[in-house]
Amino acid sequence: MSADADITGRAIAAEPIVRRGVFRALLRNPLTAASLVVLALFAVIAIIQPWILPYPPNEVNLRLTNAAPFGSDYLLGGDNYGRDILSRLIASTRGAFQAAAVLSVVAVVIGTTAGLIAGYYGRVFDSVASWLFSAIMAVPAVIILISLYTLLGVSTTVAMAVFGFLVSPSMFWMVRTLTRNVRNELYVDAARVAGLPDRRIVGRHVLIAIRAPVILMIAGLAGAGIAVQAGLEFLGLGQAGVPSWGAMLTDAFGNIYVAPEQLIWPAVALGLVTSAFTLISIGVRDTLEGTYVKPSTRARRREIEALLGSAAAERTLGGTADAATATTATTSTSTSQPLLAIDGLRVAYESGGSLTTVVDDVSFRVEKGEVVGVVGESGSGKTQTVFATLGLLPEEAIVARGSIRLDGRELLGLPERDLLEIRGHRMAYVPQEPLSNLDPSFTVGSQLVHGIRAQSRATKKEARDLALAMLDRVGIADPLRVYRRYPHQISGGMAQRVLIAGAVACTPSLLLADEPTTALDVTIQAEVLDLLRDLQTETGMGVLIVTHNFGVVADLCDRVVVMRSGRIVEEGRVGDVFTRPQHEYTRMLLGSVLDNAAPREASARRKAAHA
Amino acid sequence: MLTYVARRLGIGVLVFVAVTGISYVLYHVRGADSIAYRLLGADARPEEVEIKVHALGLDRSLPEQYAGWFGGLFRGDLGESFVSNQDVTAIMSTRVPVTLSLIAATLVLTLVFSVVLGVWAATRGGVVDRVIQVVSVIVSAVPGYWLALVLVIVFALNLGLFPATGFIPITETFGGWLSTIFLPSIAIALGAIFSLAVWVRSSIIDMRRQDFVRTLRSRGLSPRSIMYRHVLRNAAPSIVQMLGLQIIALLGGAIIVERIFALPGIGQMSLDAGLAGDIPVVLGGVAFFVVVIVIINIAVDLINGFLNPKVRIS
Repeated sequence: MSADADITGRAIAAEPIVRRGVFRALLRNPLTAASLVVLALFAVIAIIQPWILPYPPNEVNLRLTNAAPFGSDYLLGGDNYGRDILSRLIASTRGAFQAAAVLSVVAVVIGTTAGLIAGYYGRVFDSVASWLFSAIMAVPAVIILISLYTLLGVSTTVAMAVFGFLVSPSMFWMVRTLTRNVRNELYVDAARVAGLPDRRIVGRHVLIAIRAPVILMIAGLAGAGIAVQAGLEFLGLGQAGVPSWGAMLTDAFGNIYVAPEQLIWPAVALGLVTSAFTLISIGVRDTLEGTYVKPSTRARRREIEALLGSAAAERTLGGTADAATATTATTSTSTSQPLLAIDGLRVAYESGGSLTTVVDDVSFRVEKGEVVGVVGESGSGKTQTVFATLGLLPEEAIVARGSIRLDGRELLGLPERDLLEIRGHRMAYVPQEPLSNLDPSFTVGSQLVHGIRAQSRATKKEARDLALAMLDRVGIADPLRVYRRYPHQISGGMAQRVLIAGAVACTPSLLLADEPTTALDVTIQAEVLDLLRDLQTETGMGVLIVTHNFGVVADLCDRVVVMRSGRIVEEGRVGDVFTRPQHEYTRMLLGSVLDNAAPREASARRKAAHA
Repeated sequence: MLTYVARRLGIGVLVFVAVTGISYVLYHVRGADSIAYRLLGADARPEEVEIKVHALGLDRSLPEQYAGWFGGLFRGDLGESFVSNQDVTAIMSTRVPVTLSLIAATLVLTLVFSVVLGVWAATRGGVVDRVIQVVSVIVSAVPGYWLALVLVIVFALNLGLFPATGFIPITETFGGWLSTIFLPSIAIALGAIFSLAVWVRSSIIDMRRQDFVRTLRSRGLSPRSIMYRHVLRNAAPSIVQMLGLQIIALLGGAIIVERIFALPGIGQMSLDAGLAGDIPVVLGGVAFFVVVIVIINIAVDLINGFLNPKVRIS
């Protein structure tokens, strides 16, 4: 992906938050803050419960058996045995938090230790540990716990420790992956070369990187631990005489036809605590990664209107153009209509309530059969101009202003349905990076056929014949063999020929090529340029070719447009621009073409040093 | 491809041996006498215990016992119940269909609904997306059996739409089977449906940002064809992987849900056998769940191997 296409708010937003401290960012999330409050409340209750219990949790008062809530001495009513529900609820908090604590400590100690060693040192330990932990993942945890309780009569603490061991693989995999990532960073390499002991490197770099994800995982595990423990107690496997939410659920469930409301209290307590843990875990994850929720078209339009002023917003939303009527500023009155006419195009990206303009007031034309080069360094907005023409800008992009006409027909604001008929048929696209632009799951042939059949009424057989003919035309020696291959089985140069074949298969009148040779070997570059030139002369199509290489322009183009920071700085016939560049930037770009430059003095200097 | 399958199967067998072997050791760790006392009662006389230990073959060495048990597997013999002297395979034969029904129904529900919701959230965005994310948080925050209790109260007791308890085999009536399996599998699947839907949504969004999707769009392919033929197809491996993990994580919940709906499945059987000290039956339950987990893992690997041309071809 080219650098200028990658302007998304997500990637930018995540970084500074991590540095500023996850905790503060967390508190700003209302759900997470509320969850922390809930947990703190339950934790306090768990600690001070002996002093706040209204009644001993196991005290039986037969008079109050199944007493209704809020109507007797028992605030939340009495259970089936005449015990105070509120007291039992309160008394159960301790067990729940103990379960969560034991489970998380065991899982964290085993998982992070093994994960750190495996991730940092790798080798034999890594292979053995990886195998072992994937085997543990295949253990049916709950049934093992059930048999531990029933056959061995272990205590809740031991059972939760075993459960912690059984869930430690998730911690292990996460820590191992994170540690490996940090381990492969250049600054860690530098620290090792500098002779820092491993202990220091792990403490300084690795632990900091895994801190937040481990907290995330602990919160998730703690919630799961409480849920599983309550589940086991619900099955009747807890310690007799110790009140617990699970046991309360069982009692209430047995009583469901008599007093169904008794189920509510333990269910609410359990639900609150487990969801608080889960929400914290989700909050940490969102804070670390940043969530992107795609706004609805209407909400997005309103937002853009606010940013641009309503006049401009009527026109189009990035890739998802709506049926807004295109207000063509000037319908061309001249007799010869240009093939492509771009006027006053402005493309912007919205992030955090402000707009960043990447293409600003760009206007140029491509006549029928003409080859126009758009030149500029990366980030100059040339690729964005191509995507805007194709109607394939990313969703975050906004076409704020301008007009793009193909054969006099306004493309901006055209419904997607109409664009489908134009794309591939009237205008086609050749991308920069050949291999990532082929669908890895389909053979070369089948994706060519999909494209051809989307554009024409061709039968499968006709589409296949055309695809094979096109492969032959773009200079592939054994078309049938390549037709049957998957993208990972062909070379980059061949993949680029396949993409060109796909683009010109339906004889478009305009070809938009985005740095079609940049990713290729030098020898293949020349062949691909030859191919493009031949195809152009054969079909007479107009070509808009984006490049940063003046060599390509000299080789192929009639006219050249020079762009910098989203604006056009110079435009003219290739010969004129080469011989009399008007703008400083153009001169600089021309100067950086190695072919024309004089050999630098590096070798001379080296000679001087030797002398 | 064939060696790939063989290797996965080999690993599966190893895992099976390891898990059942360790369980075997664990269950016998307190000695033969304690097992016999448990079956006979604490006031049994020592002679009785000795006879019982011999009768159950507990006086043999542990490796010998395990080898005997493992050898029996090849003859379809899982030993006899300590309590009823019935063949464990016979006891399990009526219960396996119940638990398998539950797992299968949960799998289908999870797969279908999560993909539909995930695609919906990814394509529509806005309110739909938000609602699905919030609901996902809510249902993943509470345990499956908790949901089961709520469902029983609302749909079985108050509305009377479904039976609250019991199981009707699919061989009797399909409708009956569905009515008994529907609430339990919804209770188990609900959390997984939504967390998987969020996963599907983000895989689709990631996939749609891929270069090849833009190139396919530039050829004039319709959004529908791109979504269903290309985007989902490429997102499928990660969705299948996640589905496998989710289903394995749900098995524990299934045991508890069986209890709530009084479904006579493997979970209930293992629980009752455990309480009675009936080791062979519990081991049968362990073996069943390990096999299910191993099969799910192998299935995930095979499906993904098949979906990924790089693996399929080599």
